[in-house]
Amino acid sequence: MPMTDSWQTAEIPGPKKASLIIKPDIADAMIRRAKRPIMIVGHGILEYEVEGRKLIECLIELSKRGNIPVVATASTNREFLDRGFSPAALMPAVDIANRLTDTAWKGLDGKESYDLAIFVGLPYYMEWTILSGLKHFAPQVKTMTLDCVYQPNASWSFPNSTIKDWAANLACIVANLGD
Amino acid sequence: MYEYPAGELLSRKGVNIQIKELNSDIAHLRDISLTIGAIHDEKWDEPMGPTPFPSLTTLRNWDLALLNRYKPFYLPFCDLCCLCTYGKCDLTGTKRGACGISMPAQQSRTVLITACIGAATHIGHARHLLDHLVEKFGSDYPINVGGTGVEVEAPVIRLVCGIKPVTLGDLEPVLDYCENQVTQLLSVTHTGQEGNHLDFESKVLHAGTIDQVGMEVADIAQISALGFPKADPESSLADLGMGTVDTTKPVILVIGHNVPPSTEIIDYLQKKSLTSDVEVTGICCTALDITRYSSKAKIVGPISWQLRYIRSGIPDVVVIDEQCVRADTLQESAHIRAPLIATSEKNCLGLPDRTEDPVDEIVHDFLTGKQTGALILDPVKVGEVAVRTSIGIAPQRKKHKSLPHSKEALVALAKKCTQCVLCRRACPNDLPLPAAIKSAAQGNLSGLDEIYDDCLGCGRCEPPCAQKIPIHSLIVAAAEKKTRDETYCIRTGRGAIQDVEIRKVGGPIVLGEIPGIVAFVGCANYPKGSREVAEMCMEFAKRRYIVCTSGCSAMSAGMYRNEDGKTAYEQYSGHFEAGGIVNVGSCVSNAHIAGAAIKIASIFAKRPLRGNYEEIADYVYNRVGAVGVAWGAMSQKAAAIAAGFWRLGIPVVVGPHGTKYRRMLLGRSDKEEDWYVYDARTGKKVYGGPVPEHLFFAAETKEEAMVMIAKLTMRPNDTSKGRANKLANYVDLHKRLVGGIPSDVHQLVRTLADVPLTMKDEIVCHLHDNNWKEHPIPDPTLLKRMVHKEKEH
Repeated sequence: MPMTDSWQTAEIPGPKKASLIIKPDIADAMIRRAKRPIMIVGHGILEYEVEGRKLIECLIELSKRGNIPVVATASTNREFLDRGFSPAALMPAVDIANRLTDTAWKGLDGKESYDLAIFVGLPYYMEWTILSGLKHFAPQVKTMTLDCVYQPNASWSFPNSTIKDWAANLACIVANLGD
Repeated sequence: MYEYPAGELLSRKGVNIQIKELNSDIAHLRDISLTIGAIHDEKWDEPMGPTPFPSLTTLRNWDLALLNRYKPFYLPFCDLCCLCTYGKCDLTGTKRGACGISMPAQQSRTVLITACIGAATHIGHARHLLDHLVEKFGSDYPINVGGTGVEVEAPVIRLVCGIKPVTLGDLEPVLDYCENQVTQLLSVTHTGQEGNHLDFESKVLHAGTIDQVGMEVADIAQISALGFPKADPESSLADLGMGTVDTTKPVILVIGHNVPPSTEIIDYLQKKSLTSDVEVTGICCTALDITRYSSKAKIVGPISWQLRYIRSGIPDVVVIDEQCVRADTLQESAHIRAPLIATSEKNCLGLPDRTEDPVDEIVHDFLTGKQTGALILDPVKVGEVAVRTSIGIAPQRKKHKSLPHSKEALVALAKKCTQCVLCRRACPNDLPLPAAIKSAAQGNLSGLDEIYDDCLGCGRCEPPCAQKIPIHSLIVAAAEKKTRDETYCIRTGRGAIQDVEIRKVGGPIVLGEIPGIVAFVGCANYPKGSREVAEMCMEFAKRRYIVCTSGCSAMSAGMYRNEDGKTAYEQYSGHFEAGGIVNVGSCVSNAHIAGAAIKIASIFAKRPLRGNYEEIADYVYNRVGAVGVAWGAMSQKAAAIAAGFWRLGIPVVVGPHGTKYRRMLLGRSDKEEDWYVYDARTGKKVYGGPVPEHLFFAAETKEEAMVMIAKLTMRPNDTSKGRANKLANYVDLHKRLVGGIPSDVHQLVRTLADVPLTMKDEIVCHLHDNNWKEHPIPDPTLLKRMVHKEKEH
């Protein structure tokens, strides 16, 4: 399938569509360039496991190495806690997204606005609509999705890919940040 | 716009003639006034409130007060506007269309269109139903929704319109008003009308109010005239589920919302003593309403059961009326050789109109296969045709189904799969169909069987398949045992809540001893199957909330058995009380849930009801811990229903698909300045706390929803005992479902007396860590005019 097709075929976006992350270095560069990134992790991430390793563990690594605060949505929090990792906040996805549209909002720590919001693990259609909200009403925030499916309303998105390739990409991003 | 002055009502067909002076051959007349038609005998002595029959802007200030606190967060489903020939216009970001419209205005405009569609649908249904009932029973037929147990028979109509309907005929001017308002509201969405998103949103709320009136008209009319349960907490249990259908008999399937054709089927069966010989089964709200009419009728399931039930071949005749009927029902029925009868002007399906034809000819044409469907707009005729056709055709059809006939046939179909994944990409819930089909091709049906539980039944997986595999049929066939085991029960829709029940629970609700009212309403577009609704209902009932159900959610609530083998309706009482699970009925019965909240304000708190919308809504918003949950909200009607609740100050939680309604109404608990209220005792503006935090909220998972529901029952006026009870539930659910103590507890504790005793140590520790400060509990109101008014409660 074309790399910029929405995963759910009817979710036709546009005219403004996400740029493709064709290799992990791009995501890595976006994270490095960001002054104040934040990562929103939905419960969908809990479903995925590659070679015996849960992908949520990869995100914990990403958060630590990239110094990216995590907002856990829904029941994701417990999985983080079970792994000895405390998210910066526990908040519903629509709630954190709504705050990101507020240019006066100084972030979870009250210090400064975020300039990069990384999304992963929300239901595809919910992430689609939330990213659309941010595309239109939070121009000050770049958005990136680390899911294995193309999210056209993000600023940056991976193309649709296999779980195995996805896991490899995430691992690569994490590894690069550790360099 | 025509205004409806207080106490001066005419029926829809009434004519008022005033003659100043008339000279004729026989007389010279002066100042003559003639009224022809129904004369409304006004016997309601309550003084008229300030806003009877509100127009589009009458309640605008109230709306803006809510919208100032719960600002819209738009989630555009499309970046474009394509509603006029200027377009398509790209509205991305800050761009404006050729007409000048902005993206926020366009989104709110779309929400208004959605709400208008929903309201028009309920009102159209109400009109259709009322016309039929007036024709059959007469306009003087008395309204009776609960005998002496329900003196406030129409709380929504009394509140919004300021009238007290006594007869069916009295409902006609109410519908006139609704139709007028919906027309005005829809006109607002024309190019070059409204341009401000908050004004669009105010009109969305108005559409919700009008929708609530229309729903109340429909349900109190049918309760009164058709003998439905009248506010009966112990209404009978009806069979629910595909497995309850006796397939050895001819089976009629009714689908939709407008019940008269179905009641005529029941009547004909009784008249001919055939009641035990034919099964009458239903899907969607017609099913709910037909079980309110006849204890013999059975409910197959929610809207999502249409494809699976028809393809099972069980129905011999399919009768459709209006709303939520699949547009391909005629084709699906043809596949199983079951004739289809369309009964509504709103849903003709291209069928020939046989309304005036003799019954014998229509039945003959069905039985000989000359015709696969017909439009019959006479409900009585539908009754006879449906029954006679079902009896005649059942032996011929032999339950011919369009599902794979054997496991071998299923496996053979699965083997055609090329794993292109287009089925999964079309599935609204992104279900793992390709993997399940791959397993099925190897003879393992467990994957498809599991998918059945989460499947919406929409069939969207099938059209993209290049191999033309009937994927939905594969799912249903793989889960055949499950469908046979669908043998549940549901308490039939009781309709209104009795005044005496309100008197009993009003105090405990307002004081917080009952932690809240949670209403599970709406469609079946669930993210993970209907079981989640049942689980949520049972959890909140167990926690002594009052749980209400309606529509497809009422069915879903019953389609699950606990470890004792009991359904929610068998385990919990139907009384409007702590721990009750109260099925009010069909979609239009949602008006009774709003009505209950209104009656708490008027009966328990003795607030003036008549045409007094703002004060009652202000009371409900600040004191009545009610929350609506539309976990599978799909339709425009659901949007309108939600809007009606919002305006009454009742928050609504939807499932993740609900983000597709394009906007949320979210509060900001971190902005203290947003949460000030007037203290009615002093007139000062005081901090009331971030409760209820949101007005329209989409939850990602059931767990997130349950925690949010518990939080949204909090109100500024909660007593400390009540707040402690609500907090205990919120914190406990949070700890159990999400993990840890909620980070916002310090925002929800006003005084130390609010802290639940069993959680005192950890919460006090949390308060300390968050620099918590005590603040007084106000006598809260958003209305300045309510300051210094003497309060009953």
